[in-house]
Amino acid sequence: MREKKLYRIITFGKTTDAFAFEKRSMVEKIPGRIIPLPVRISAGCGLAWRMTEEEYEKYSDKITGFEGIFTLEM
Amino acid sequence: MIYFDNAATTLQKPLCVKDAVYNAFDTMGNPSRGAYEPSLEASRLVYDTRVRLARLFGISDPSRIAFTLNGTDALNMAVKSVVDKGDHIITTDNEHNSVLRPLYSSGADLSILRSDRYGRIDYDSIVIKKNTKAIFVCHGSNVTGNVANLKRLSEIARDGNVLLVVDAAQTAGCIDINVEDTNIDILCFTGHKALMGPQGTGGIFIREGIETRPLRTGGSGIHSFDKKHPSEMPEALEAGTLNCHGIAGLNAAVKFIEETGIQNIYEKKKRLSDRFIKGVSNIDNINIYGDINADERTPVVTLNIKNMTSDELCDRLWTDHGICTRAGVHCAPLMHKALGTHKIGAVRFSFSYYNTEEEIDRGIEALKELSEL
Repeated sequence: MREKKLYRIITFGKTTDAFAFEKRSMVEKIPGRIIPLPVRISAGCGLAWRMTEEEYEKYSDKITGFEGIFTLEM
Repeated sequence: MIYFDNAATTLQKPLCVKDAVYNAFDTMGNPSRGAYEPSLEASRLVYDTRVRLARLFGISDPSRIAFTLNGTDALNMAVKSVVDKGDHIITTDNEHNSVLRPLYSSGADLSILRSDRYGRIDYDSIVIKKNTKAIFVCHGSNVTGNVANLKRLSEIARDGNVLLVVDAAQTAGCIDINVEDTNIDILCFTGHKALMGPQGTGGIFIREGIETRPLRTGGSGIHSFDKKHPSEMPEALEAGTLNCHGIAGLNAAVKFIEETGIQNIYEKKKRLSDRFIKGVSNIDNINIYGDINADERTPVVTLNIKNMTSDELCDRLWTDHGICTRAGVHCAPLMHKALGTHKIGAVRFSFSYYNTEEEIDRGIEALKELSEL
């Protein structure tokens, strides 16, 4: 079973924003990946971006274009 | 066979377009619905195509572009989104039925600008009324190859505070279009003509602030518990699974156009078209329609041979010479009325980036021979 840990979940208003963010993440080397939107979060897009707490702390100034940011244990 | 019906659809596509469609069958899942690799691959491709199209058309926000089935689909969305019963709408007799029929059934009060015998619109005849909502104009006539003056129309629309809706079915991929520079509010385009993508592709750009009214509602991948379809672009106009395999081909086609240069593509087609016009102008018994001496034209040349119906000429070109052209009125009844050809139709030759001078010369020779019958 996958060990649970805390993650930052970044949600987007629309799918286009999620893929614009992913494209930027490759250029700016922002860690994380696209995951299905956790059902515990209510937001627009069916996809979200997941990164660890440590990664978020390091790159938070580069996180733009999102709808919401949540902390979840997953 | 020589294919001169590129205003209907381009037959020869860049090799990369065929490869992209073929490869998509092995790699692409459903876009925007999953977070596993085949789905992400499709979503990335769709996003990248929006970005490429936005760059091609001078659009700052790619999410304002929705993919459609074709140009007709986009134009129907445009009419439904902006036209209400009783609105005054200005359009022209150059238009295709893909815009005329939706406008006729919208209940709008239509002013149709008449063109002269060369198919040229008199922009000074435009009268903006209190209830004028929009100007609908085709950028390039599918009958004459005449190109509308978007700069002038943009100034008229801006001064009159009305929307400018452009049908770029014949010009997208052929003539440089810049939505921001010309203040276009809605741009409708198809993917399978000059853009050289697959059939079943097209798109619509709608400027932010204009309400979208979809033709279809349903699955959007977002806001699944809402009873109403989302209003955010592009999902607002993209209910259901996109034609991702087609969009893969469109992506490759736009990339090809970017790499080749739209101006280089235009100039090659203009050279072919000018060569054809010069060659057929010397033939007795031929009437050529449109403003053939205009500096800017799409590679469309429409003509008739005296004493031969357009259907017979078209059929003889195919059966005797293996040349594909299009006879009739080209779904543009008002244009043919303006040209005086509504009862006889005309034969349209339309060229592509892949046509050659040799093919053009064979077309001229065929017309010479047929004109002497």
